[in-house]
Amino acid sequence: MTQDPSSFVLKRRHLLGIEGLSPAEITGLLDLAEEFVTLNRQIEKKRTSLRGRTQINLFFEASTRTQSSFELAGKRLGADVMNMSVAQSSIKKGETLIDTALTLNAMHPDILIMRHAASGAVELLANKVDCSVVNAGDGTHEHPTQALLDALTIRRNKGRIERLTVAICGDILHSRVARSNIILLNQMQARVRAIGPSTLLPAAAERLGVEVYRDMKEGLKDVDIVMMLRLQRERMNGSFVPSVQEYFHYFGLDEVKLRYAKPDALVMHPGPMNRGVEISTAVADGAQSLIREQVEMGVAVRMAVLEALARNLPNA
Amino acid sequence: MTAQRPLLLVNALLVDPAAGTQVHGGLLVRDGLIADAGPHLTAGAGPEDAETIDCRGAVVAPGLVDMRCFVGEPGFEYRETIASATAAAAAGGVTTLVCQPATDPAIDDPAIVDFLLRRARDTGIVRFHPMAAITKKLAGREMTEFGLLQEAGAVAFTDGARSVTDALVMRRAMTYARDFDALVVHHTEEPSLVGEGVMNEGEFASRLGLAGIPVEAETIMLERDMRLVKLTGARYHAASVTCRDSLAIIARAKNEGLPVTAAVSINHLTLNENDIGSYRTFCKLSPPLRTEDDRLALADAVADGTIDVIVSDHDPQDVETKRLPFAEAAPGAVGVETMLPAALRLVHSGLVPLATLLKALSAAPAQLLRLPGGSLATGAVADLVVIDLDTPWVLDRDDLRSKCKNSPFDEARMSGRVLRTIVAGRTVHALAG
Repeated sequence: MTQDPSSFVLKRRHLLGIEGLSPAEITGLLDLAEEFVTLNRQIEKKRTSLRGRTQINLFFEASTRTQSSFELAGKRLGADVMNMSVAQSSIKKGETLIDTALTLNAMHPDILIMRHAASGAVELLANKVDCSVVNAGDGTHEHPTQALLDALTIRRNKGRIERLTVAICGDILHSRVARSNIILLNQMQARVRAIGPSTLLPAAAERLGVEVYRDMKEGLKDVDIVMMLRLQRERMNGSFVPSVQEYFHYFGLDEVKLRYAKPDALVMHPGPMNRGVEISTAVADGAQSLIREQVEMGVAVRMAVLEALARNLPNA
Repeated sequence: MTAQRPLLLVNALLVDPAAGTQVHGGLLVRDGLIADAGPHLTAGAGPEDAETIDCRGAVVAPGLVDMRCFVGEPGFEYRETIASATAAAAAGGVTTLVCQPATDPAIDDPAIVDFLLRRARDTGIVRFHPMAAITKKLAGREMTEFGLLQEAGAVAFTDGARSVTDALVMRRAMTYARDFDALVVHHTEEPSLVGEGVMNEGEFASRLGLAGIPVEAETIMLERDMRLVKLTGARYHAASVTCRDSLAIIARAKNEGLPVTAAVSINHLTLNENDIGSYRTFCKLSPPLRTEDDRLALADAVADGTIDVIVSDHDPQDVETKRLPFAEAAPGAVGVETMLPAALRLVHSGLVPLATLLKALSAAPAQLLRLPGGSLATGAVADLVVIDLDTPWVLDRDDLRSKCKNSPFDEARMSGRVLRTIVAGRTVHALAG
């Protein structure tokens, strides 16, 4: 910790991705998040740093944990938080994304949290509004707060990120979590592996900064962190993998496969989990699992992101 | 199991296509394996308790490996069972039979592979291995469990006589297959170009008034597949090429270093469209018989190695499905029993040397499928065929062991035949007399 977290400022207007964040910025955010971990464990969890600010959670894709995590984070910092439920919104009436952005902008929000099914949609909207925008997941592109909360979880349990070997397993092709994590972990000098069937690996995966394995036994050897990814149901039955049985047989993390990793390896999953598809219940609920802790870190990291961006807002 | 007496074959021409050797001598079999072979093995040279067979100068070669053979279990037992198919195979010198997944239900589930292997153990007399489907129910939409099927014993993946027309499905299947180093065997016919066609497109089809199938139905699909092999790196085998144009495509892919092999059926090597004559439905095949020019090109391609494997494409059809107007009859011909004598025509006509022919019939498919066999080396499995190269005879389809008699070679003159077939040191067929 080279800098006092209480004065750390993210000197940018938006957080659209991990891409472009420096190691110092990542470390600054993680250090600040540590303070909120402590705060969140107290009875009095309120701060006033965002008092008067308006935060809009604009989720074009259904989400329970990310949206509630951002909502709690904003409220604990004193912001007025509004959730835009897109199912009932004007998008259904044919309004374009840009028109929605301009409409919201007219309401003078300070921070917009946005999730959208299309890669690049958050950046498109960010260019049209005057407030700060935080990407809460855009298509198969990035999910920066997930990568930050994963990093915080790793750092708290292993004491460091650099020189750790992290295996990201499963549907990497469709995963924004995997992309953000790969960038962050590389930036923080960890070694990153991608393990999955070739049908679920992006083209030119090696060029993204990972060592590619197609076999869990080989890929998990000497690994410190095993990061499992969710496999969407519609991809399970013959389109990308033949069946749930075959996928679990070769790529599902159970106690046998976990033994291929280091004895003190820790298991993570961004949730929601498909038990019996990518992870067994015994591992998900086992002693090596950090999955519950990831959720806790999620609120703290999002508070840190909001706080660090707010310190850079006009009139802050 | 009772202990097997050693078996000594003497006075033979030993043709080992895997090693590329041809010597006069003998071959000693012990415990199901080849214990020794060479000129020094003459009558009385083996162990005292050995059973000695004088081959009288006949060829001894590795047993044939037929990697494209329809067996009707489960679901089409009236056409062929493992018992009848392996009996026919033994009579044809075939010691390893690889069945096709177009059964009912299709071989698309590890439990069916397991069932077939147990049935073969109980009822088969030659080695038997299933190929599994590329897509579930052979429907061309969702890939099967390549990993679990391969662990169960599937030796390769094919949708039988169907092509996977959706290029994305094929791409994903091949991408996935490469992870498991699985062999994808593909029937290359674009169905929209086949259309209503029932024989080769050209003058002869026009004279017969039958709808034709252009060679492009094959070459377009084959070209597509070569691009997908390049994209995915999957091991790919063209199940049955039929024309000169396809050979150029295969040759180019091989020159590029792509993991591509190809097979030709015995029918396309020895017959042409003119054999259809006046609507002989036993010569209705899928893919169809082509021109004599194509046939000669295919024979040359076997000789120069562009084509790796010869298959029987054994497809037993009931009389009810063949005694119909040509366009309505089912395609397919039995062939596992006649493959070797028919193939010897290519040797007698000087188109393909004997050792090259035997390689395409045994060593090449064994290597491709990573199965034992195809070799006379010491320690190799004693799967052998004793071949008389020259004796003339005439095929009577009623003599065929197959449950169906739809042979295009009925009443054909043949030169040379199988004298004896040996699987793991045991004689499973011996010609009477």
